[in-house]
Amino acid sequence: MSGAAGLAWGVAGGLGAGSAIALAALFGVWWERKVSARIQMRFGPQQAGPFGLLQTLADTVKLVLKEDILPSRADPGPFLRAPLVVFVPIAVSLLAVPLSAGWAPLDTSVGALFFLAVPSVSVLGVLVGGWASGNTYATIGGLRGAAQMVSYEVPRTLSVLSMVVLAGSMRPVGMMAAWRWWWLPLTAVAFVVYIVSSIAEMNRGPFDIPEAESELVAGYFADYSGIRWAIFMMSEYGAILAASLFGAAVFLGGSHGVPGVAGFAILLTEAIAIVTLVMWVKWTFPRFRSDQLMALAWKVLTPMALVQLAVVGLVAAWL
Amino acid sequence: MAVDIESRTPVEDAEGRTVEELVVNIGPSHPSTHGVCRIIAHIDGEIVTRAEPVIGYLHRGIEKMCENRTYLQIVPLTDRLDYVGSMYANWAYCRAVERLASIRVPERAEYIRVITCELQRIASHMMAIGSSGADTGAFTMFVWAFDVRERVVELFEELCGARLTYSYVRPGGVARDLPDGWTDACRAVVDRLPAKIEEMDRLFFGNTIARGRLKGVGVLSADDAVAWGASGPTARGSGVDWDLRRDDPYSVYPRFDFDIPLGDAGDAYDRGRCRLWEAVESCRIITQALDQIEPGPVHAEGFPRLLAPRQGDAYDRIESARGTLGVFVASDGSTRPYRVKFRSPAFCNLALIGRLAPGHTISDLVVILGSLDPVFGEVDR
Repeated sequence: MSGAAGLAWGVAGGLGAGSAIALAALFGVWWERKVSARIQMRFGPQQAGPFGLLQTLADTVKLVLKEDILPSRADPGPFLRAPLVVFVPIAVSLLAVPLSAGWAPLDTSVGALFFLAVPSVSVLGVLVGGWASGNTYATIGGLRGAAQMVSYEVPRTLSVLSMVVLAGSMRPVGMMAAWRWWWLPLTAVAFVVYIVSSIAEMNRGPFDIPEAESELVAGYFADYSGIRWAIFMMSEYGAILAASLFGAAVFLGGSHGVPGVAGFAILLTEAIAIVTLVMWVKWTFPRFRSDQLMALAWKVLTPMALVQLAVVGLVAAWL
Repeated sequence: MAVDIESRTPVEDAEGRTVEELVVNIGPSHPSTHGVCRIIAHIDGEIVTRAEPVIGYLHRGIEKMCENRTYLQIVPLTDRLDYVGSMYANWAYCRAVERLASIRVPERAEYIRVITCELQRIASHMMAIGSSGADTGAFTMFVWAFDVRERVVELFEELCGARLTYSYVRPGGVARDLPDGWTDACRAVVDRLPAKIEEMDRLFFGNTIARGRLKGVGVLSADDAVAWGASGPTARGSGVDWDLRRDDPYSVYPRFDFDIPLGDAGDAYDRGRCRLWEAVESCRIITQALDQIEPGPVHAEGFPRLLAPRQGDAYDRIESARGTLGVFVASDGSTRPYRVKFRSPAFCNLALIGRLAPGHTISDLVVILGSLDPVFGEVDR
């Protein structure tokens, strides 16, 4: 594709990814509140719509109508733009995820690399947003976030690399097609490393150290309000969606060769299972301390991923 | 007291460069200050070099207010000291007044006091453990602990209509006898508690992340605990074997068989776990008390409508959930006390924060504060 058609496709993809994330956030927040309520002997949202499904919609309306506060100490330029710097890369990375057998919105031969590399840009948004707030809590949160997100990219990339070696392709669609059931026990370690480092990558509990509400109040987005705050939250749920869909596609075999809507339904079911697991972990475990978090990344997860890669490499050579 | 939080002292770092330290103002309005504590933390990177508690945000002048009220009118004021454990302040104050006026309390009233105060200990410790969970990001622990607390608070509501400020223990006895069916409801709650507490122990204290967050954090040596006047679980977590219920027995405590859980490391983990097992011991005491309690009056006979003790003073202390709670009452022979002074365990324990925090990270500062379990109604008075 080139010229006008390519541009139109790009715009459509961008809008599509943006709305997908918005939808994912609407559903994700509701689902998280229901899951956490179940764990904590509560009911969660009940009043707005059936099963409280419309609760998040009401929350969104409230957030959009809220005042967009610019703190007097903040540096307006970076402060106002930082949410988008976090959001856009995550939305773009979503395009590389295969949604059904043989189809991804952005089907490229380096899709896996694209998916892992592009969201790294959002580290800048976290760092800049925290720094530009002119608030010590936000600054510490931004610094913590940057250190954490950069560190966890290493085990995350290594874990996906195992799958790349097995599949012999970096094209997510191809990786999904090449998947065999016996890879599941073989790459179990890589899957665990992928899930754990993805949770850290998206700053969720038990790795929500950058926003640690009991220490830093809300960390790098402590001073944000209204729609800008909502964009930060949406990015978090967008990252959950992207990581779960990609994990389901690459590690669990995604749609198992079923094309079209049915294949997407299979993929989505697996992804929701991963999302639920991520939420279960968050609502069960306490939070790490930042030095313990770094130790986990470099002393546990990275060696685990390396050993897995070596094992997978041997198997691939023997095949 | 004016505190200058803008001043950034130049300090020398490990490599000999001169750097500025960052001053972080935590509180008085912050999710983890357990009320309205303010801590000025000087940090180098993430390491706290100095932590200064600033208190007084909840000062209401309760001790002074006591001087303008009759002895009975002071009871509701004592509720507002330690609002997580109002029964203790009620009881400690009443004991001091009873000592001053030589009032004999009926035995049934003593039993009821023990039962309610041990229930209060469970409720208070659940608050402490739950907020330790919230401080470390384990919000589920918080909700679980509050579920246990809720059962106890419901018992109190049935007992005296209040959930937080009871004014139930009065000079001379208690406000009213136990309602019908209350002992059965209490027994039902207490029987179910130890299993729940063990479940919470597995959820939180058995968790690897929680162990990593709490162990070795805020280590208080036994000598320091004694020297700084720490008491209650804060001191017992360091292995200081001191509990007034056993070592300076009051009321009917000598009739019960119970253990006093001790820690050995003196870190946040041991302090938290001491609280957890103390709640189990409280269940044992309550069960025994419910077995032994006999019908009878719950208030001293011939108690005057307006109490005017003879001139003099009296001091009494009890083991509250936070430690040694002492009350000093001085009378000039009139219907109002000349002076009332509370020895607050939360105040003494909080003073340790400046000693325990340096060398730890900001995240640990919050954990240490939570492990000291301050209640600011009692710190500021």
